[in-house]
Amino acid sequence: MSIEWYIVLSSLLFATGAIGILLRRSPIVILLCLELMLNAGNLALVAFSRMVGNEEGQVFALVVMVVAACEVVVGLGLIVAIFRRKLPLDVDELTELRG
Amino acid sequence: MEAVLFFAAAIGALGGAIGVVAMRNPFYSVLALIVHLFSLAVLFLLLSSAFIAAAQVVVYAGAVMVLYVFVVAYVGSGDESAWEPLPGQRLLAPLLGAALFVELAIAVLASSLLALGSDGPEVEAGFGDPAAIGYLLLEKFLVPFEASSILLLLAAVGAIVLAGRRREGGRA
Repeated sequence: MSIEWYIVLSSLLFATGAIGILLRRSPIVILLCLELMLNAGNLALVAFSRMVGNEEGQVFALVVMVVAACEVVVGLGLIVAIFRRKLPLDVDELTELRG
Repeated sequence: MEAVLFFAAAIGALGGAIGVVAMRNPFYSVLALIVHLFSLAVLFLLLSSAFIAAAQVVVYAGAVMVLYVFVVAYVGSGDESAWEPLPGQRLLAPLLGAALFVELAIAVLASSLLALGSDGPEVEAGFGDPAAIGYLLLEKFLVPFEASSILLLLAAVGAIVLAGRRREGGRA
């Protein structure tokens, strides 16, 4: 398969994740959609690394995985903290920081 | 053979992604994301990056998804209400997403990267195996490697501070 296919698939996945973030209101599902977008970026990085023919893009993808893991840990910590305070798990009702 | 595998994995990845967005119950969204991650691991294997595929399965589909399942089970997977606070959100979001995809596709296909249309150069058998990645991580990218380990430590401490139980009457 030519590299184009992978890049088009990656942009399709990225757009799907963006639709999810715009559409959903549960913070857990929004985090899942963030994962989708990060993974689409990873796919593009690995595809470009194959296109150029060296592994440096794959190291970049590994670092993106680390960042995604950190984001999950902090995000889920926030969700657990929201749940403990008996606040609604809905991004439209958590409006304390609205300017 | 390669094309069959690619399309099977691509359908799995896209179906999983759509499942994440479309499922009402967050628990099913997490399960759909696991399908998506496994399909992506197959795609990484097709791109001859074995180590990334293994890390994807072990780190993502293994550890991270277990964390998600735990939190969804703890918080309780309440379905989203059908009530829409933002009028037109359900119509506008897919439109904006489609616009984003068209924009990305134009950016890729109109770029002057000639190698995009090819399969990429021939690579030797050791391309993307753990030895090659480890050599790069510890020789060329040592500083980013250490920085990411510090980032992981900070995230762990931050999560404990955020979600830890507060003591009675005391500070966090």
